[in-house]
Amino acid sequence: MSLSKDQVQHIAKLARLELSDDEYAESVMKLSKIVDFVDHLSEADTDGVVPMAHPLDVAQRLRSDRVDEADERDYYQENASSVSGGLYLVPKVIE
Amino acid sequence: MMDSYSKSMTELLAGLESGDFSSVELTESLLGRIATLDEKLNAFVTVTADEAMAAAQAADDARAAGNPGVLNGLPILHKDIFCTRGVKTTCGSKMLDNFISPYDATVVEKLAGAGAVVLGKTNMDEFAMGSSNETSYFGPVSNPWDLTRTPGGSSGGSAAAVAARFAPAATGTDTGGSIRQPAALTGTVGIKPTYGRVSRYGMIAFASSLDQAGVITRTAEDAARVLGVMAGFDERDSTSVDHPVPDYVAGINESVKGLKVGIVRQHFDAGLDAECGNRVKDAIAVIESLGAEAVEVDLPNIDYSVPTYYVVAPAECSSNLSRFDGVRFGHRAENADDLMDLYCRSRGEGFGDEVKRRIMTGTYVLSAGYYDAYYLKAQQVRHLIADDFKKAFADVDVIAGPTAPTPAFRLGEKVDDPITMYLNDIYTIGANLAGLPGMSVPCGFVDGLPVGLHLVGHHFEEQTLLRFAHQYQQVTDWHTTCPEGFE
Amino acid sequence: MSAGWEVVIGLEVHSQLATRSKIFSAASTAYGAEPNTQACLVDLGYPGVLPVLNKEVVHMAAMFGLAVNATVAPRSVFARKNYFYPDLPKGYQISQFELPIVEHGELFISDADGNEKRIGITRAHLEEDAGKSIHEGLDQSSGIDLNRAGTPLLEIVSEPDLRSAKEAVAYMRKIHTIVRYLGISDGNMQEGSFRCDANISVRPMGQEELGTRAELKNLNSFRFVEKAINFEIERQIDLIEDGGKVVQETRLYDSDKDETRPMRSKEEANDYRYFPDPDLLPVEISAEYIEAVRQQLPELPDAKHDRFVNEYKLKSDDAAILTSSRAVADFYEATAAATTAKPQLVANWVVGDLSGALNRDGLDIATSRISSTALAGLLTRIEDNTISGKLAKQVFEAMWDGEGTADEIIEARGLKQITDSSAIEAVVDKVIAANPGQVAEYQGGKDKLIGFFVGQVMKETGGQANPGQVNQILKQKLKR
Repeated sequence: MSLSKDQVQHIAKLARLELSDDEYAESVMKLSKIVDFVDHLSEADTDGVVPMAHPLDVAQRLRSDRVDEADERDYYQENASSVSGGLYLVPKVIE
Repeated sequence: MMDSYSKSMTELLAGLESGDFSSVELTESLLGRIATLDEKLNAFVTVTADEAMAAAQAADDARAAGNPGVLNGLPILHKDIFCTRGVKTTCGSKMLDNFISPYDATVVEKLAGAGAVVLGKTNMDEFAMGSSNETSYFGPVSNPWDLTRTPGGSSGGSAAAVAARFAPAATGTDTGGSIRQPAALTGTVGIKPTYGRVSRYGMIAFASSLDQAGVITRTAEDAARVLGVMAGFDERDSTSVDHPVPDYVAGINESVKGLKVGIVRQHFDAGLDAECGNRVKDAIAVIESLGAEAVEVDLPNIDYSVPTYYVVAPAECSSNLSRFDGVRFGHRAENADDLMDLYCRSRGEGFGDEVKRRIMTGTYVLSAGYYDAYYLKAQQVRHLIADDFKKAFADVDVIAGPTAPTPAFRLGEKVDDPITMYLNDIYTIGANLAGLPGMSVPCGFVDGLPVGLHLVGHHFEEQTLLRFAHQYQQVTDWHTTCPEGFE
Repeated sequence: MSAGWEVVIGLEVHSQLATRSKIFSAASTAYGAEPNTQACLVDLGYPGVLPVLNKEVVHMAAMFGLAVNATVAPRSVFARKNYFYPDLPKGYQISQFELPIVEHGELFISDADGNEKRIGITRAHLEEDAGKSIHEGLDQSSGIDLNRAGTPLLEIVSEPDLRSAKEAVAYMRKIHTIVRYLGISDGNMQEGSFRCDANISVRPMGQEELGTRAELKNLNSFRFVEKAINFEIERQIDLIEDGGKVVQETRLYDSDKDETRPMRSKEEANDYRYFPDPDLLPVEISAEYIEAVRQQLPELPDAKHDRFVNEYKLKSDDAAILTSSRAVADFYEATAAATTAKPQLVANWVVGDLSGALNRDGLDIATSRISSTALAGLLTRIEDNTISGKLAKQVFEAMWDGEGTADEIIEARGLKQITDSSAIEAVVDKVIAANPGQVAEYQGGKDKLIGFFVGQVMKETGGQANPGQVNQILKQKLKR
């Protein structure tokens, strides 16, 4: 099943990926191949089979409600390209 | 000192303990070897020479003071997917080329705590997505057995470095075969433990329900040694299992007599290179000669494992990689017009093609209208595959077969068709889907290129795999052969 | 609202849970810290970090479920809600989708006619809060503070059973009371720990099919909820009556202009691509655990209200005010237990003078300048006739200003009530003698003048004569 360029553009937007025209062309081709490949799954008989989200059959462990983290803001922000007054900056968002 | 690089960890430990050489001397010698030879392989992203010398000194001091850790002074490498505090951690990507991790992964902490000396961070497929180490932002890695060929991936740098005797051990991660397949292609031992055996905290996530940390070495005994330190419960990882860690090293000496080895009917078919198949059959015959019994097993849904994987893994990674947006760390596009532009260009520029392709595949299979047909369906098939293994393990102790369908292929040979590349993992993926431990052991050569024997065990039976592998290595010497140019 | 229309409203309340640490990390949830000083690596969505679930969050959700007669799920699953926004560092929010922790609950409000009305609660689920964006004072940028990222939220979704803005506010108030009663949230709307979104649609009366709905977001006071909903109802009706169609969209309420308008950033429909979070395992809750939580539940507002009516013989309205918060109810009961005054008198004073003083000074019951013990002391002095109710108000104000206990003030100001009949008689005689004209008018039939005489006697005695006795003696002496 071939994906259309519109579909690929929609997917790229959902995933916030900018692609060049060449990349789009290649993506349409390769993604279509991948989708064709995984379409084989439809041949498997999965009536009544429970989906497996984890390989382990265990329950979530609970952590006690304790504060155990100190303020390391300045150290962490050494990795950020754009900060001001302790805030992470992004282009202005209008609501 | 000249041939210390060929020694196993066990031999190096003995040498350190008896004072034949110091950790500082050992470290210096290996750093020198890397400086000379790595230009042939490109196995490293970062060599941490200063940190290594400091750690080596500390290890020597600890030994002198009488309290050495179990891996005291032993050199090790970390795949550049493990966060290392104060050291660049790139995950093979431009997106993290400027990222200095502010914390250590649990695996890194544990190995440092045992006294291991980290020589550097190894090259890898970008964000662990690949089977040939050709998607790295830092360039491909060459296979020491033939520099025109790939070492496999995604832990290609770790595997090539161990094969080239740059260090006796290197950590790796395995989501669909990324430790075992490169181990097979480079003639090394690679083990992926049971899902939940080793903490994922600090291991940059690709596909969370499939990723596991493991190690690449030249001997099963060394793998047992390192795994014993890496394994164990970590409260910072909700998927970490609180299961006692056995003494893997002590357990490898038990005989495999009377144990049953399952041979999967579906594996030895047209997709497998005939000569590879012969090497693997020979290896199974050796194991039988040790007293184990070969039995045929059936994994009826195993042919669905690659398509299942290529729905589940991209789905999980498309979500895991959303955090890379240039805001708090990582590559940030310059002069963004608005928020959409910041996100789309930072990510468009920071990620390579394969990563973008998998993110898009994942986004697609999770999207409205497609979730049931793809993601839900794949998780159902995953359950079928896991059940197949469960049934098989009712009759056998280990499942054996080929690790990879071919020996190492040439650089650039498979990059055009994604499906051809994906099929490299055809034998290894099942273990990830079912969360089972898997291991590759060198079992011969085809035209001078290594071949790996693949072993899969039941949950938390790493001990059994290591036992089989060690007993096999006692009566074979494939693992002692060194690639030309690296003797 | 124009006749012939029915409005259908569903509310989604987001209540922060009052844990010390975040839902998936050990960073603090305390309000008001400097930006990003309470955002650890897990909250920042750094590469390689993983979530671990806070046990107190499960406990609080279970308490809520039991308090609204809901099912607490034996197994619930966390799911990722994927979308990009700067205050969402991982690019997904960990929430619950197909299998929430609480389902099928209910609570009761009073409708327009004062009858009890059942409102269904579809579900309540756990999720993490996002950070905050600051848009002012940063030139061409917005600033992101992730302190709030990872704070636990309980999202409570009602059935679309509400039929007016008033019902919506009553429901919201009830939820607000319940979460504060349980101690699982401080319900502070100014600080953002209690937020409400409303889904509103209209349809012709009698029509079964629902109209297209609009979503109003982040209504952060009861007053705004009511005004916003009322505006939106009118807007939709006017739109349809003018031949237009309601668009399914998200709108913000502008309190300055008292209107709703579409939210720009939500213009595009989002495909959240929910899937079970692979970093977290299913939450399993045993029947024993649920029973243990049930045993420890405090008395809930409705039960406490009914008990106050029965036990203290209070009017329903008074009981409602006194049980609007557990702290007020506890204060009331402590006062009632410590005084000989009747419960209704205690109620009058707590609902009246005490509330008045608290409101005037912007305090709440916890920071009241008069304790329950102190108030009990004052009320006892009214009961035993040491002072009149009127003088007691003076004493109250003096107590509020910190002058001491009731007894100390009564003593210091010499306010003891005069109950000695002969003393009162003497004053009454004096007043009668001094006002012959009014005496004549009273005896001539102007009964209302009794008030004048009482006033005069009170003036003479500095307000300290027992009013009841004054009245009685006056009437006797003025008899024709």
